[in-house]
Amino acid sequence: MTDLLKLSGVHTHIGRYHILQGIDLAVPQGQVTMLLGRNGAGKTTTLRTIMGLWQASSGEISLAGDRIENRATPDIARLGVGYVPESMAVFSDLTVKENLVLAARDGPLDDTQLDWIFGFFPALRRFWLSRAGSLSGGQKQMLSIARAIIEPRKLLLIDEPTKGLAPAIVMALIECLKEIKRKGATILMVEQNFFAARELGDNVLIMDNGTIVHRGGMAALASDVPLQERLLGLSLEAHQ
Amino acid sequence: MTELAANDPLPKPKRDVAPILLPIALALLMIPLIGSTSSWLTLTAASLAMGMMIFIMASGLTLVFGLMDVLNFGHGAFIAVGAYVATLVLAPFAASIQADSLWVNLAVLAPAALLSMAVSGALGLLVERVLILPVYGQHLKQILMTTGGLIVAEQMLYALWGPQIIPMPLPSSLRGSFILGDVAIAKYRVLAMLIGLAIFIAIQLVLNRSKLGLLIRAGVENREMVEALGYRIRRLFLGVFMTGSALAGLGGVMWALYREQVHASMSEDLTVLIFIVVIIGGLGSIGGCFIGAILVAMVANYGGFLLPKLALVSNILLMVAILMWRPRGLYAVTSR
Repeated sequence: MTDLLKLSGVHTHIGRYHILQGIDLAVPQGQVTMLLGRNGAGKTTTLRTIMGLWQASSGEISLAGDRIENRATPDIARLGVGYVPESMAVFSDLTVKENLVLAARDGPLDDTQLDWIFGFFPALRRFWLSRAGSLSGGQKQMLSIARAIIEPRKLLLIDEPTKGLAPAIVMALIECLKEIKRKGATILMVEQNFFAARELGDNVLIMDNGTIVHRGGMAALASDVPLQERLLGLSLEAHQ
Repeated sequence: MTELAANDPLPKPKRDVAPILLPIALALLMIPLIGSTSSWLTLTAASLAMGMMIFIMASGLTLVFGLMDVLNFGHGAFIAVGAYVATLVLAPFAASIQADSLWVNLAVLAPAALLSMAVSGALGLLVERVLILPVYGQHLKQILMTTGGLIVAEQMLYALWGPQIIPMPLPSSLRGSFILGDVAIAKYRVLAMLIGLAIFIAIQLVLNRSKLGLLIRAGVENREMVEALGYRIRRLFLGVFMTGSALAGLGGVMWALYREQVHASMSEDLTVLIFIVVIIGGLGSIGGCFIGAILVAMVANYGGFLLPKLALVSNILLMVAILMWRPRGLYAVTSR
C-alpha cells in the first residue's frame, strides 16, 4: 500500500507557541487514518498545516509525491484535498445549493454525485434553497461533508465530524463515512469519539504535546485495553 | 445506505424588514414637522439623490472591509482623485459642457466619469499592493498606513492642481428642475438617483446571481474556507478593492458636480460621512450601506431644514441611535 500523504519532521509555530514539534506520519492510499489524542495535543493544527492554513515552520509535507508545505491553501485544495473543519464553516448567508455550487469548483453540479449525497443526506435536498445558517448543527455537518465530497478528492481531511451531534446523527454519519471509505477514499480524520474512530479507522495515530506518540493498526489498539488506558487515559470499552 | 435522522423542520427564516422601513418611517414622520408638502417632497428627493451619491462612494469601502478585513481610512482619496481627474476632461471641453444638447454634454461627461473610474481603480491597485499588502490582519497599522496615504494623496493634489477651489459647473442640460405642481426636483438629482439605483441593482445582481458574487459573499463570511475550497481569494480581494476604488472615483465626480466645485479637502469631509454610513449599515453589507446612506442623507436634509444648529452633529447622533438599537449595524454580515 503506497502512502498518499507523508509528513516528515513538521514543526508549526503559532505566534510564540511551538505547537507541532516534529510530526512524522504517513496516510496510506485508500485507507482511513484516525488521529487521536487529548485536547490541545495538536490534531487540528496538523490538519490545518497540511491544508496550508498555517504555515509549517520546517519539515516536509508531500502529497502523492509532490511537496506541498510551501504551497498556498487554494493550490493544495486544487491538488485534490477536501477539508471539513471542526467548525463546519458552512457559509451561513448562502443557501445549501450555493454552498455546494461553490464547492464544485470546476463546473456545474454533477447530478449523479448529488443523488448519491442526497441518499445519505436527504435533509440537504429538502432544504436545497434554504440558507445554510438556518440549518441545525447536524444538518450543517452534513453540508460540510457534502461540500468536501461533491467532487472526487484524492484526500479528505476531516476534523471531529461527530462533535456535538446527537447519537442518531452520529450513527448515520458513521455509515456515510463508511460508504465513502468503501468507494476508495483516503481519509485523515481527527476524532474524539472512540466508538466512531474504531468503526471507521484502519490505522491510528495518537498525538501528545505536538508529537506522534503511537502509530499502528486500529484493530490492535481496539483490542489492547492497557494500551488505550496508557495512551488515551481511558479504554474504548469504557467509552461505549 | 442509511438515511440520516435529521429531517427536523427548519425554522422559517425571518425577513428582517425593520431597517428597510426605517427611512420610510422617518420620511413619513417628517411630513407634519415640515408642514409644507412641496418642501417635504423637495427635501426627500434631495435626500434620495444625496444618499445615492454617498452610497456609490461608500459601497466599495463596505465590501473592502467585509471581504478583506481592511480598514481603509484613505478611501476618501479615491473620491478626490476621481473628481480632479474629471476636470482634466471637463475643463478643455467647457464649451461642450455648456452646450444646450444633452448628447453633447453626455459625450464629454461620460468619458470624464470613465477616466476618473479608471484612474481611481488603478490607484486602488497601487494602494493595495504598496500600503495594504504588508499590513493585512493588522488593523492599527492599516489605519496608520491608509491615513498616511490619504494625507500624501491630498498633498499631491494640492501640488498638482494648487490650493484653490476648482469650479466644476453642471452641464447645461442637467441644470434646472422638473416642475411637478408646486414641487421642483433638480434634474441632476434625478440623474444621481437613477445612477445610484442602477449601481445598487448591478451590485445586487452580481452578488446574488453570479458565481463571482457567491465567492464575494462567502469570502466576506469566511475567507479561509473559500481558500480551502480552492479559490485564490487574494485576486478576488484585489478586484473588489479596485472596483470599490473606481466606484469611489465615480462618486467623487458626481459629488463634485453636485457641489459644482472640486477641492482636495473634500476627501476628508467625505471620509467621515462614508464611515458613518458603513458603520450604520453593518460592515460588509451592501443593503445596509444603501439604507444607511439614505438615512444619513435624510437626517442631513431634514435636520438642516428643521434644526440647522443640529446639522453638524446630526449624523453622529443618528449613528449612536442606530448602534444602540443594533450594535453591529442595520445588517450584520461579518462576525468581526
